[in-house]
Amino acid sequence: MSALGSKRDAVLGALRSRLGRRPGDGGAEAVAARIAGPARGPIPARSAGDHAAQVALFVEMAREVAATVVRVPAAEAVPAAVADYLKSENLPAEIRLAPDPALRGLPWDGQPLIARSEGPARPSDPVSLTGAFAGIAETGTLMLTSGRAGPTTLNFLPETHIAVLRAHDIAGSYEDAWDRLRAARAGAPLPRTVNLITGPSRTADIEQTIQLGAHGPRRLCILLVDDADS
Amino acid sequence: MATAMSPLGFKENARKALADPLVARSRVHIKAGFIAKRRKAADRLPEFEALRDAARDIKDHTLAHLDLYLERYEAAVLATGGRVHWCPTAEDARQAVLEICRSVGARTVTKGKSMISEEIRLNEFLEREGLVPVETDLGEYIIQLRHEPPSHIIAPAVHLTRTEIEAAFRAHHDQLPAERHLSEPVDFVNEARGILRQTYVDADVGVTGANFLVAETGSSIIVTNEGNGDLTQCLPKVHIVIASLEKVVPALEDVNVILRVLARSATGQECSTYTTFSTGPRRPEDPDGPEQYHVILLDNGRSNMLGGEFQDALRCIRCGACMNHCPVYHAVGGHAYGWVYPGPIGAVLTPAFLGIEQAAHLPNASTFCGRCEAVCPLRIPLPKMMRHWREREFERHLTPRAARWGLGLWAYFARRPRLYRAATALAALALRAMAGRRGRFRRLPLAAGWTDHRDFPAPEGRTFQQIWADRRRGQRKGRQS
Repeated sequence: MSALGSKRDAVLGALRSRLGRRPGDGGAEAVAARIAGPARGPIPARSAGDHAAQVALFVEMAREVAATVVRVPAAEAVPAAVADYLKSENLPAEIRLAPDPALRGLPWDGQPLIARSEGPARPSDPVSLTGAFAGIAETGTLMLTSGRAGPTTLNFLPETHIAVLRAHDIAGSYEDAWDRLRAARAGAPLPRTVNLITGPSRTADIEQTIQLGAHGPRRLCILLVDDADS
Repeated sequence: MATAMSPLGFKENARKALADPLVARSRVHIKAGFIAKRRKAADRLPEFEALRDAARDIKDHTLAHLDLYLERYEAAVLATGGRVHWCPTAEDARQAVLEICRSVGARTVTKGKSMISEEIRLNEFLEREGLVPVETDLGEYIIQLRHEPPSHIIAPAVHLTRTEIEAAFRAHHDQLPAERHLSEPVDFVNEARGILRQTYVDADVGVTGANFLVAETGSSIIVTNEGNGDLTQCLPKVHIVIASLEKVVPALEDVNVILRVLARSATGQECSTYTTFSTGPRRPEDPDGPEQYHVILLDNGRSNMLGGEFQDALRCIRCGACMNHCPVYHAVGGHAYGWVYPGPIGAVLTPAFLGIEQAAHLPNASTFCGRCEAVCPLRIPLPKMMRHWREREFERHLTPRAARWGLGLWAYFARRPRLYRAATALAALALRAMAGRRGRFRRLPLAAGWTDHRDFPAPEGRTFQQIWADRRRGQRKGRQS
């Protein structure tokens, strides 16, 4: 402890002496106030439309980065939409579900050919199906959170990631999405992992040529459920 | 291809690089790949310039309270079950990583892309200690196979073409059939993907860098496109984040502002594919994620930059825009700089971290064209800082004797304006007469450094001051009439 403590003291001591920090100089209060009431910076005006405009912007931006967006009229139609997507991409009818009651409770009986299992991703899982906490219209981004119903590995290990997003959960800006998450946490710390995902995995490390499917999913499909209230 | 370059060898490195066809080809890729895309992304966002101002202000505020924000950050990490390791030096950081690896009996360590890892030369160290570090970012993976350092901070293998990458893959992936097709970008991406897949799962420890640390939440953030950083940090039992002090920002709102300028300045994307916030180890109810979460907090010379003329360089978010737009970086490539950070930001940081004695050439390798400052999303005054380093170099008598003698001579005249005007008028006339009808010199005494490579244009007979004085007189007359 003493060795660790002394290194901590050495770093903080060097910072304080370079900054001329003195007890009672008001610095601590300024920092506490800034963290308690963070200041929003400039927010792009394009995200500020009404909800229909935000949903349209989300779809446009997500498609621009090579995500597939499928509009689904209601949650009950998700299993059929999954089956259609798998067929259209010529993918195996085998999905790994997030252990999420909302996904488990969907009418899967209508799709007897799709093999389903639940849990964190295994290297052999070809397709994952997860929920999404929010969508961010500004850049067509999904916000996913880890937790009992959200294993993070499902977002990265399978070759294809299908995410179910309720239109109601699309926010305009990053700021609005974080405010929703803060409200949902009700004072608890953030989940272990919050993923902001914008399109499928890509790289430009070979001669600056963009290539999809680097290490994460090769395909990202967003099933956008039009809620009754949106 | 093992390179033991150093900033001391900049001139020699640069000479070799100028003749290197690989450097010439990477220049084409950088110009086509980065400059136009950044311009397009910046033009598409009307708020871009306001965001740059806001980002600069956030970093300035944070740096002015860095001690206090780091204490708040540490408290938030501890509250979520993580650990913070304060490391004054690179050696402290290496030892801290090793201790954690040893404590879990680790053998394989997967790694997301991290410039701090390059700065502390973590891979070499871990290999010496019997561990197997595996880079998982495609560019970093390629240069690890080739045992060479990155040549660019966000595109580590930008100096290579498919020919070199193919050779490296064929030499190292000898478990694959020799007759396989390996020439298109997709072939390389798929081969690396296949090779690394099992490594992610087998690794005992995952090491990533951090683009931000958030004091409000205790989160570390990585911003990536490939997804390798996420596989590196969500599959092994232990996640180690290596980050330097200045990565901390106050709150999530501040991250949003800087994220909006980061990807646009770096690759010209609206935003990167994956932005991931990690807060502590997995929770009891989580079905996956690391059981341990450690943050290595590295100083390594940064505290010395606070409160002085180089503090603004600590605003840097490592987007690479300064080098993408630098004519010197274009000409000599990243390796010539001889240390981890190339380009204009490297010319400012390297002397700060290694000492001006070790890196005096770098702040001189600039035409002061100002493009780096013009595109820096955090508005770091890079040319001004290179000038500060040149002053220090001069004060410490590190400048070569001929240059000091020349500067002394110029200073003598500059302090005597009348003499200066007379001498320059005379020199202008004399040079014009000597140059004759061609109006240029093939050779000039004491100026071989110039005339060896191009002709020296002769003055046209009058000095700038004379022409300026005439113009002023003409304008006054014009106003009077």
